[in-house]
Formats: sequence, structure tokens, C-alpha cells
Amino acid sequence: MNKEEYKKLVKKLTPKEDKLKNVVVAFLIGGLVGFLAELLTEILINCYSFERDVASIWVCITVIFFGSISTALNFFDNLVAKAKMGLILPTTGFAHSITSSALDYKKDGVISLGSNFFRLAGSVILYGMVSAFFLALLKVIIYG
Amino acid sequence: MLIKAFLIAGLFCMIAQIILDNFKITPGHVTSLFTVIGAILSFFGIYDNLIKYAGSGATVLISNFGHMLYTGAIEGFKNEGLIGLFTGLLSKSSAAITSAVIFAFIFTIVFKPKS
Repeated sequence: MNKEEYKKLVKKLTPKEDKLKNVVVAFLIGGLVGFLAELLTEILINCYSFERDVASIWVCITVIFFGSISTALNFFDNLVAKAKMGLILPTTGFAHSITSSALDYKKDGVISLGSNFFRLAGSVILYGMVSAFFLALLKVIIYG
Repeated sequence: MLIKAFLIAGLFCMIAQIILDNFKITPGHVTSLFTVIGAILSFFGIYDNLIKYAGSGATVLISNFGHMLYTGAIEGFKNEGLIGLFTGLLSKSSAAITSAVIFAFIFTIVFKPKS
């Protein structure tokens, strides 16, 4: 068997991920998260007379709470395996990245836990802050 | 508003999934990318309209983190001048970062990691 044939064989035997199905599932799950968040926001506004700004912050905190506790109870990874980006792109993914790295390094001791706390979420915070800072600076320079 | 929230949140997740499937990158890259996209959309004033349109469907996404960082810095500048860029950047997103850190810390103390 030469190299070309081998490559063909590997290509044939590698399980193909169903991209279309992934995209549809991500759309539905992500949409569901958005739908539930908006539902909770409107409940807070209409039944407890919250301001919309305050209500959306409470909803954000609630979403983070669920992301964090489902990671700690070990079923977030199974959900992500099915829901893909539908659960990673909402703030649940941010909470998951912090909680999972914290749990992974818990056994190595207090200092290791602390220094690896932002292991995965660090890039979101760093690149978010850097880009937002310079965009704000640009805006301020252009418009005063 | 509920339907719009479903559509916008679904659309963002769909785009993220397409990017993840077609390029050799990890979910970490995609979330960082969307945070930056959120800041850029905010820069052009698009994200504010998106929130007006879809409500929490837009604020529940990680791109809202970039939006809150940007608007925090701009509001800081309006209130305090140049120093406001530094003092205001994290002001609005503090809720997200603080809650994520506090919950993660509590649950890490309470629960055992999977073996």
C-alpha cells in the first residue's frame, strides 16, 4: 500500500462529523438559552417591577450560576457534547471554563488552584479588555 | 421579544458552530473571538440596537462581555475624562466576572472533581 492509498483509507475510515446537524443543534440550543433568558427577564420586569438593565444583569448572574453548578456536578461536559456551541457561546461557557479549571487543579493545592483559575477564561478577559480599551480610545480620539 | 431573543441567540451560536467546524480552532478561540466581535459591534453602535431588538437574547451571549467592557470605558470617559477609560473599563462587566469567580470558588470548595 503506498502513501496515496493509505491517505484515502484514513479519510474513508475517519468518522465524519455531521456539520449540518451540529449547526442546527447549536442554533436550537443557543436559541433556547436566549429564549429562557428573555423569559426570565420579562418575568422580573413584569412581576417584580425591575428595571430592564438591572433585570438583565440578574439574569446574567443566574445563567452563570447554572453554568457553574452544572460543571461542578459533572454534567455540563455531557451537555456540551450534544449542544456544542449552543452552550459555550452563552455566558454559561465562561462560567464553565473557570469552574472546570478550578476543579481540575484543586488536588494540586491552594496556590496551583489560584494560579490556574483563569487558565481558560483568561484569553476571553485579556482580548476582550485589550480590544475594548483600544476601541474606546479610538472612539474618544475621533469624537472627543 | 421572546421569539427575537431565540433567533438572535440561536444565530450567534450557529455562526460560532460554523466557525468551530470549519477551522482548526478550539472553543476557547471562538469565545475570545466573539468577545472581540462584541466590542467591535459595540464600537459601531450595532450591539445597542441588538439589545433593544432581542433583549436578553443578546445580553446572555459572551459577546455582551465585549460590549459591556466597551460601554463601561466610554461611560467612564464621559464622567471622569481620560482616567475614566481605566476606571470604567471593568465597571459594567464586574457583575459577570465577580459572579463567575465567586460561584466557581464556592463550588470548587464544596464539590469533588471527577476522577
